[in-house]
Amino acid sequence: MGAASIAPAPAGVQLATARRPPGRVDSVLDLVGNTPLLRLGRIDAECPGVQLWAKAEFANPGGSVKDRAASRIIEDALARGDLGDGRRLLDSTSGNTGIAYSLVGAALEIPITLVMPENVSLPRKQITKGFGTELVYSDPMEGSDGAIVLARKLAAEQPDRYYYPNQYANDSNWRAHYDGTALEIWEQTRGKVTHFVAGIGTSGTIVGTSRRLHELDPEIRCIGMQPDDAWHGLEGLKHIPSSLVPEIYDERVLDGTIWMGTDEGWDMSERLAQQEALFVGHSAGANVAAALRVCKALAAEGKEGVVVTVLCDRGDRYFGPLKWEKHYVW
Amino acid sequence: MATVHIPPALRKYTQGQEEVSVEGGNVRDLLGNLESSFPGIGERIVDDKGAVRRFVNVFVADEDIRFMDNLETAVKDGDEVSIVPAIAGGR
Repeated sequence: MGAASIAPAPAGVQLATARRPPGRVDSVLDLVGNTPLLRLGRIDAECPGVQLWAKAEFANPGGSVKDRAASRIIEDALARGDLGDGRRLLDSTSGNTGIAYSLVGAALEIPITLVMPENVSLPRKQITKGFGTELVYSDPMEGSDGAIVLARKLAAEQPDRYYYPNQYANDSNWRAHYDGTALEIWEQTRGKVTHFVAGIGTSGTIVGTSRRLHELDPEIRCIGMQPDDAWHGLEGLKHIPSSLVPEIYDERVLDGTIWMGTDEGWDMSERLAQQEALFVGHSAGANVAAALRVCKALAAEGKEGVVVTVLCDRGDRYFGPLKWEKHYVW
Repeated sequence: MATVHIPPALRKYTQGQEEVSVEGGNVRDLLGNLESSFPGIGERIVDDKGAVRRFVNVFVADEDIRFMDNLETAVKDGDEVSIVPAIAGGR
């Protein structure tokens, strides 16, 4: 068999792969941030004159937008001397933040302890443990609030053993987006961004990004999205009126709020997979659903716009638990 | 009578009660009677087609009804029924 028998690849495929040389970095932490900005062309097709773009945060090495805040929180704590003296970073999270802390901790040789309810699903325990993270289990009946209470108790009792970063009150959280996400969006849209839309969890993404975008161009509209009720299924997002308000949340940086229903967010996650080939989580779906509302409002007024939102993570983080994992929470 | 555990976000419908006693031979009847006693709570648990909402888990005696007979799952006297949002919440 000679080489001539190998069918040539379609020219388009060859060109697409040849254009982008693979990167070379010294540390996995160099892969945090600088995420691609992705056009959602099939979603925004219903809004002539308006472009919808999304930051592909699932491309972070820990798989979510939380890599940005976790790496900045740990780097700033190291610079202040709060970490690096043998103390362990301690927090209560079974979600993306726990994975991000675990990854950054492994990369920088900072020991990590996470408190989570004993009933979180097995994959959540395995991912963080895989990085060498120590897990402490809280009462399954008390849920995530019980984990927060136990983490605060451990940190208060053993200040020489633990550093408790409290991402809800930590300025490094929003600064990661002020210095990163916002500038990336500005550069990637060549200053053409007109709207930024993102959901509120700790509020780090929306507060940091909006603060910087408003400095770059006060005309940019920054819109926060919240679940429309305390009883919702948009993991990672907060219904502020019924929640403890994060200390870093600053409503003044917002030009408006969109209230999102769980079904609209979940439906958009499915639509993104089928129409844009993006298998993303429900908070990403809710972000795009909120951004699409903005796009539609602009198009209805006959206006042009460049609307940017965030794809927080991939959907495979939210596979349903298995039958024998009875008392799970995701 | 079964004992139904009400999650914090739905306790505004039960005047703050964490658990309530409700009649019902299966989950469908039980949720119907729950709505009769505490108007408004039913549509937070089931959608307008009558199915349990996608982000809500219902357990009868520690078993997820999705792995049993869904709304037809039998409820016995003294069973504990839990209504739980399917998310870890917050972060």
